[in-house]
Amino acid sequence: MVDKRMSLREAIARFVSDGDTVAMGAALEGLIPFAAGHELIRQRRRGLTFIGPISDALLDQLVGAGCVSKVVVAWAGNVSEGLGHNYRRAAEAGIPHRIQIEDHTNLTLALGLLAGALGVPYIPSRSGLGSDLPASNPTLRVIASPLDGQPLIAVPAIQPDVAVLHVQRADAEGRAHCWGALGVTNEAGLASRRIILTAEEIVPGDVILSDPNRIIAPHFKVVAVAHAPGGAHPSPAQGYYGRDHAFFGEYHRRSRTPDDFAAWLDEWVLRLPDRAAYVERLGAERWQSLTLRDHRFAATVDYGL
Amino acid sequence: MPDYTPQELMVIAAAREVRDGEVVFVGMRLPLLAFALAKRTHAPNAAGLFENGILRDRPIDELLMTMSDPPNVSGASWCTSLLNVMALLHRGSADLGFIGGAEVDRFGNVNSSYVGNSRAPRVKLPGSGGACDIASHAGRFIAIIEHDRRRLPERVSYVTSPGYGSGGDWRRRVGLRGGGPSAVITTLGVLGFDAETKEAELRSIHPGVALDDVRANTGWPLRVSGSLAPTPPPARDELEIVRALDKDGIWTR
Repeated sequence: MVDKRMSLREAIARFVSDGDTVAMGAALEGLIPFAAGHELIRQRRRGLTFIGPISDALLDQLVGAGCVSKVVVAWAGNVSEGLGHNYRRAAEAGIPHRIQIEDHTNLTLALGLLAGALGVPYIPSRSGLGSDLPASNPTLRVIASPLDGQPLIAVPAIQPDVAVLHVQRADAEGRAHCWGALGVTNEAGLASRRIILTAEEIVPGDVILSDPNRIIAPHFKVVAVAHAPGGAHPSPAQGYYGRDHAFFGEYHRRSRTPDDFAAWLDEWVLRLPDRAAYVERLGAERWQSLTLRDHRFAATVDYGL
Repeated sequence: MPDYTPQELMVIAAAREVRDGEVVFVGMRLPLLAFALAKRTHAPNAAGLFENGILRDRPIDELLMTMSDPPNVSGASWCTSLLNVMALLHRGSADLGFIGGAEVDRFGNVNSSYVGNSRAPRVKLPGSGGACDIASHAGRFIAIIEHDRRRLPERVSYVTSPGYGSGGDWRRRVGLRGGGPSAVITTLGVLGFDAETKEAELRSIHPGVALDDVRANTGWPLRVSGSLAPTPPPARDELEIVRALDKDGIWTR
């Protein structure tokens, strides 16, 4: 067996380089790998291309910290608060520096990843026809269907260098269970060259193999498994904790100006060594308020012979 | 003064557009409340689709801030991938979808991407998310927006989500299969669209709003439907349900 467990610090240091294309936030508003994103900021990664359908405040933080040079997204901002201040500053005023934006819809982004997963150059869609997306993102091209001449949008393949996926539980070899809304989790894993997992829990392989339908990616593409309890906060992790809406609100208020954001970043990212310190900083009372009030276990299934 | 807010009325007007048994592609914020309200009143058999990968029949008892909040997952009728839900939409299985936006124009085109030139935007808005997909493929879609001249220009500066383009049979010509916008619900009234020209026209006007106010706050000479009627005010039970869902008035106060 290949034991892929390592600290998140080591996983990011070894498997994400400056200039890489990184898929994050594949499950949409849940299971966003905030812990991994904060590690990218602490290790001062630069020139990243960020791939994500929506990304909530994590993309905003990475842009504000200067890690990102290109953004390939359908939606970028702060889901419960609206606009993302850092994203706006970068797009409108080049602060902290200019970013290139490739506009997608949720479907075209997913189809780009699916094309990347299949290894085909593009997949056709009707999403984007009649819109200005092909004008602002020339990688989306209007084509005539070779079968009937009807207009279609050719969505080009997206193949990230790395997908960072936060999951509920994983084993040491990189088999992971993930539940709740999956968004583009499967496609992002398949399209990427390698996968970094961050997990609420590391469990024995037998636990994962007991329910193979719930596994979200082929373990042989996983290069690192980092134990990161609370690693999706302030986004939710089904079965572990809910969404910390107030934290998104606080971040929104404290990112209005570059100086405010610098202070927020210092407090919540730069001055903390890792996610354990972040969870400690949140405090037991706040953490308690986010954890489950009510367990709802699924019925067991029988994989018997 | 009415005893309800414009946002409450918009939610209630939006809920009334849902027909029982429909498959509804639900958006966030006001449409989430509208869908929840419709489920509890006249459309108990409506099903909700959410782009994160959820099909949901059971109503939810608490306010959702995002579609991925745990209460939306628990008890879902299908919890799957974005592509599976979008496949239903793209293939034509969604009867109705809701979207928001920063601007809606004379032909129901919606902008949620850029104010000003997209290469050097004055304001960078969050972008499409699933809005373009909904506007393109749903059987019909409804936009919800605050009514003022800035938000209802004659022509949006960027088409994120296509309405009727330049009118007439534009949608068919560009290859769109979905039906296009059926209504724009605003803080002042409800716009519908002419069956032939596809130009927006004022279909109903909210209680206490003067026609001149609507015209003065619209960025083009707004046509008025021959059957212009007042928007029915919220019924007591509708208001009670909205207020029970949005206890703190986060979306509606």
